[in-house]
Amino acid sequence: MSAIERLTRVLPALALLLLAACSTAPVQKGKQVEEPFFTADQVLGEGAKTQSEAIYDPWQGFNRTMYRFNYHFDRYVFLPAVRGYRAVTPEVARKGIHNFYRNIQDITTLFNSILQLNMEKTLNTTTRLLVNSTIGLAGFIDVASDVPRSDEDFGQTLGYWGVGPGPYLVLPILGPSNLRDGVGYGVDWLAYNEVRRRTTNMETWQEWGMDILRAIDLRDHTAFRYYVQTDSPFEYELVRLLYNAKRELDIER
Amino acid sequence: MTKRLNLALIALLLLLTASWASARPYGYPITDPFQATVVGTPEPLRPKLPADIPVAEDSLVVFKDRKVPDYLWYDSRLRYSYVLQDKPAPLIFLIAGTGASHDSAHMLMQQRAFYQAGFHVVSLSSPTYPNFVVAASENSVVGNAEEDAQDLYRVMQQIWKKLQKKHVEATRFFLTGYSLGGFNAAFVAHLDSQKKVFDFSKVLLINPPLRLYSSISLLDRMLENIPGGLDNFPTYFNNILTKFGAVYKKAKRLEFNEEFLAQAFQAMQPKNEELAALIGLSFRFASAHMAFTSDLMTDYGYVKPKNVHLTRNSDPNAPPGRYMNVVFRLGFTDYFHNFFYPYYKKKDPSLTRNKLIEEMSLTAIEDYLRQADNIEVMHNRNDLILEKGEIDFFPRVFGERATIYPVGGHLGNMDYVENVAHMVGVFTEATGGKSL
Repeated sequence: MSAIERLTRVLPALALLLLAACSTAPVQKGKQVEEPFFTADQVLGEGAKTQSEAIYDPWQGFNRTMYRFNYHFDRYVFLPAVRGYRAVTPEVARKGIHNFYRNIQDITTLFNSILQLNMEKTLNTTTRLLVNSTIGLAGFIDVASDVPRSDEDFGQTLGYWGVGPGPYLVLPILGPSNLRDGVGYGVDWLAYNEVRRRTTNMETWQEWGMDILRAIDLRDHTAFRYYVQTDSPFEYELVRLLYNAKRELDIER
Repeated sequence: MTKRLNLALIALLLLLTASWASARPYGYPITDPFQATVVGTPEPLRPKLPADIPVAEDSLVVFKDRKVPDYLWYDSRLRYSYVLQDKPAPLIFLIAGTGASHDSAHMLMQQRAFYQAGFHVVSLSSPTYPNFVVAASENSVVGNAEEDAQDLYRVMQQIWKKLQKKHVEATRFFLTGYSLGGFNAAFVAHLDSQKKVFDFSKVLLINPPLRLYSSISLLDRMLENIPGGLDNFPTYFNNILTKFGAVYKKAKRLEFNEEFLAQAFQAMQPKNEELAALIGLSFRFASAHMAFTSDLMTDYGYVKPKNVHLTRNSDPNAPPGRYMNVVFRLGFTDYFHNFFYPYYKKKDPSLTRNKLIEEMSLTAIEDYLRQADNIEVMHNRNDLILEKGEIDFFPRVFGERATIYPVGGHLGNMDYVENVAHMVGVFTEATGGKSL
């Protein structure tokens, strides 16, 4: 059986699974709800009771399923990879690798600073890229650390030009996002790949290796842990709220 | 006349300087209790502690036959952490404060400090932390002084058994906790004085509440400082984010760390009422998480109808129930009167509200505490979780074994270098005076 044949057999099953997991309504047993001690009618004002959620989340069923998938991926793949990476790589090397990928990220920031017509960020980022890529030995040393660094991506650029966030979206592995930022992520990725193809001469497996190491480095520098950190029964809602607030601020900066 | 007055003045001045010289002034800089509670200890005033220590994170199944509700699927095992010396050493158990986990900031600081002092350290989450409610509380209705102590004691024994299998040798046992964890530690020490499993040779209570009901009432009331009341909560929360954002936009660097928080605090210059609201908000998170988790565990029907089942994918804020919004409107006192008290009343019909309030208090074990030479206390005169006058309980009952700092608010000075030296010193003295 070819890979594609296998996929066509597995995919419908997967789709069914996702759909089945999609309902987010609490399950009621019996016809009449037994009133709890505190009901929404008693506790919440008329406004608070009827107002819709501040964040548009029509794909919640998919998102919640994906959120759990990400937890499992994190626990069984991502975090063990990070632990292995830390075990075999001395701190100096990890620092250098981190700088290297931040330098690459600066390429994305440069494009988007230009697209947002931000002179200051464009200049700063250009300086950082030029200095770090040369004197900083391809970015391994952040010699330009005195030049302010910013993180700009295409999601922010779209936001800058007035595009709203759209529905909330939990991406596989990458986590919280929304339609705008998800599209932005894809655009940034394509642009970066184009630059890489034109400036280097890498085999596909080398590109994969570089990208996987980048993901591991990124995870190593992200403090978040699913469930065990907040341990909140409302973690999904809190993360959604914070992601949105942070992105709004990022766009304004 | 004037000459005598002058002499008297000089004598007075001399006396004052003499007393200054003998009593070293306390160096924690923030005198306002609200500011201290929110800001904590500025980085330069914290002790230098080893950052990289060999901490192990582990988990255990406390009750083999426990059924965990689908919605709380991720919490079936109790998580804890420990760090071990490579030779026999005293073992210290740490208990976290209200709603806090075994690896919260204060816990990590203590873990490093005690590890550096040469102890094995085992860190436990608060019984009010959702994971504990789900995995380690026998009835999952937490906040009961005696029952929480039994739950903690059970967990300590299970963990110790696991460590013994790793051939860990403990020369003696210590216990400490801060805030509600300090309160818990007192009751665990009391239990241990009867059961003698660990026979704790030293116990330190750090900023414990005296009467839980006083403290939860004070904390609930802090949220009344939200302009316009809780109905105005969404606007209030947005304002915080906006103000915070204004600082974030101006900041040169993007990292969200404590330094940034301190900067944000400087730039925002929040008034005391706003600080109180913030403190109230952080405790509201704790109470909402705890009460909702208990409600799911027991199917009590507090905010979730008994016959409604939440799946792993359920939206806890789906209309018309809106359980999440509802539970965030309710405080510790609502939980006490409409969940906690009725729950225990059902088990013991003679139980009155006042009797239950009195049982949830250090005064309930006052006679034991008075003669327990192994228990010490450190507290702050302006701690926000104590009613006026409650602080006097500690010197009165513990005598010399209580140290009351003049300032610090609630735990604001816990990371202060002098306080850390004090809390470590209490235990190193017990091992023969070897200090850091």
